[in-house]
Amino acid sequence: MPKKVVYEASIEHLQILDEDGKLDAKLAKDTITDEQVVYLYEQMSICRQFDEIAFKLQRSGRMGTYPQNKGQEANAVGAGLALQKGKDWLVPCYRENAALFMHGLPMHYILLHWMGDERGNQIPEGCLMTPISIPIGTQMLHATGIAWAAKLRAEDRVVATFFGDGATSEGDFHGAMNFATVMQAPVIFYCQNNQWAISVPREIQMNSATVAQKALAYDMPTIQIDGNDIFATFKATRDAAKRAREGGGPSFIEAVTYRLGDHTTADDARRYRDQAEVDAWLSKDPLIRTRKYMEGKGLWSDKRQTDLEERAKRIVEEVARTALEIEDPTPADFFDHMYAELPADLARQRETMRTSSLGLSPDQPGLKTQPQRA
Amino acid sequence: MPQLTLVQAINSTLAHEMQRDDRVVLLGEDVGLNGGVFRVTEGLQARFGKDRVVDTPLDESGIMGSAIGLAIGGMRPIPEIQFEGFLGPAYDQLVNHAARMRTRTRGAITVPMTVRIPVGGGIHAPELHSDSPEAIYAHSPGLKVVMPSTPYDAKGLLLAAIRDPDPVIYFEPKRVYRSFREEVPDEDYTIEIGKAKVVSEGTDITVVTWGAPVFQCLGALDNLPEDVSVELIDLRTIYPIDIETIAQSVQKTGRCVVVHEAPKTAGMGAEISSLIQEHCFLHLEAPVQRCTGFDTIMPYYKLELDYLPETPRIQKAIEECLAY
Ligand SMILES: Cc1ncc(C[n+]2csc(CCOP(=O)(O)OP(=O)(O)O)c2C)c(N)n1
Ligand SMILES: [Mg+2]
Repeated sequence: MPKKVVYEASIEHLQILDEDGKLDAKLAKDTITDEQVVYLYEQMSICRQFDEIAFKLQRSGRMGTYPQNKGQEANAVGAGLALQKGKDWLVPCYRENAALFMHGLPMHYILLHWMGDERGNQIPEGCLMTPISIPIGTQMLHATGIAWAAKLRAEDRVVATFFGDGATSEGDFHGAMNFATVMQAPVIFYCQNNQWAISVPREIQMNSATVAQKALAYDMPTIQIDGNDIFATFKATRDAAKRAREGGGPSFIEAVTYRLGDHTTADDARRYRDQAEVDAWLSKDPLIRTRKYMEGKGLWSDKRQTDLEERAKRIVEEVARTALEIEDPTPADFFDHMYAELPADLARQRETMRTSSLGLSPDQPGLKTQPQRA
Repeated sequence: MPQLTLVQAINSTLAHEMQRDDRVVLLGEDVGLNGGVFRVTEGLQARFGKDRVVDTPLDESGIMGSAIGLAIGGMRPIPEIQFEGFLGPAYDQLVNHAARMRTRTRGAITVPMTVRIPVGGGIHAPELHSDSPEAIYAHSPGLKVVMPSTPYDAKGLLLAAIRDPDPVIYFEPKRVYRSFREEVPDEDYTIEIGKAKVVSEGTDITVVTWGAPVFQCLGALDNLPEDVSVELIDLRTIYPIDIETIAQSVQKTGRCVVVHEAPKTAGMGAEISSLIQEHCFLHLEAPVQRCTGFDTIMPYYKLELDYLPETPRIQKAIEECLAY
């Protein structure tokens, strides 16, 4: 019996707006309008400024570790626009700030989070998103579950989860992909392949030539896109969302992008990567190419650029001020949200937290009134 | 003798043992070129090569499970989990395999590996970078658990751990990583796993602790009146626990405070006070006090010093126990 091919597949790469700001008009059809391009450019610029101010806060000792989004903003804004605010869920990692802002998260919450204040994780009424996820790769399963619930409840809802290239090494990633396809859950797996997981480059992280091909193992529709191209990030997400809404189940998007900054403010990328590599990616910056495109179409001017820069600075300075002016949380804060109802012993710990007798109330029988030993 | 920080002591000890024993390999996230996020493995890849200091994929289960395989295959792996908060995916491998392999195979297959993990709070780290899970692993039969608090002990315990025939979890208190230097001899020496250290001798009360709180306890001792005589014990090994040293001390003092960063309920303080009542019942002048983290999630860093047993709270605990 001759061997036969039982499975064949390939991965497509989608780019609509290239590095020079040149657009593929055919592919761009029915994607984003000129107005939306300007809007996304503004959102990216504000996010870039937000990184700047967070960086300054960290360097001046007013914030702990902060992971910059710099260079990757086209992903968050494109996906953010393609998903419906208040209807679709965002299940992020920590490099999707702009999408969270676009979907209603007050900007100072993200600052609070990295300033060591858990109140930064509050999710305002009507915002459908989970908080920043610190343990890498874990949130994708939640996205699958949320999407599965939407399917069970016949809700018109799509869930998008974001994660890095490194995250695809975790077992949870594969669990999420498998569950999502088996349950045909309306979830979008959006991988921001920024080439690095702290100091570990993609080639060491995985043997696969693309991240997108990992979805093939689960028979999940998959695509690789230019993650610095707002047209591609929008289109890929919009198409995946449409498929999910129509009952087509999950989709995978590998967005090829680049982390222009250090992993976090605690990291020094010069230890492990060449400046030449960074320089090569600087010219692919999503802000630069979007601006070139807008200028080419007469949508932009130096004046508008200056105005935007000033506005973005004002916005983030105001946001930083808001975050800094909020009074520090009181210690009770870490007790009060432990359970719907605080167990009695925990309530006592809360009361006696300034004393040593942890959880013992001063008048507890046996503590001070124990009969004297003979 | 060189004056080293905890980070430097661990680094030079790893190099020492890698030089001596070519079965020793390091593996983990960012441990190679970057030298680890705390620089504990700095320079080791350059010196020993990429086969012996391995940047792994981002997969704690993969790191732990393949380290088990490396150990079974004849190597002496030293896997690193980047922060204690990321032990979760590795837990299955650690507890269901590393801990049980010897028993399951009646000793035919063993897992001599040392798992290095930065641990504890107090460094303004993000969420899940400040926990103290030592009790979970002490509660997992088949594992040994150590936590040095000084550069000198770090070397002796690390060499003992690497040469131990069974899996050892080696917790590194990050708050101490660069907090001070001390003399660490160049020569080869080990510190027996399972032996506590009496940091200061005393007769009125025993304080038992380990890891970073050793220094908070020392601070409390400084603040107490001159005539209060405190015996401070640094446990160093969490399991197997050195009950002899604790019991000897408490039989002398009749009073004891246990201090740890981890939550109170089912923490090591519970085990230690139980052991004390088993071994010292008739010597006790006061109930054993626990001065620990609260039974809450470790808060984000703005409140971490309210959560951790800091010097004033420890001092109060000692005073209360003395006044009982
Ligand atoms: C389970 C887990 N392991 C390790 C870490 C430490 N860590 C934080 S970010 C990171 C790299 C993540 O890389 P990637 O998924 O590519 O995301 P990126 O930071 O590049 O956006 C690591 C190892 C963690 N947060 N969680
Ligand atoms: Mg990455």
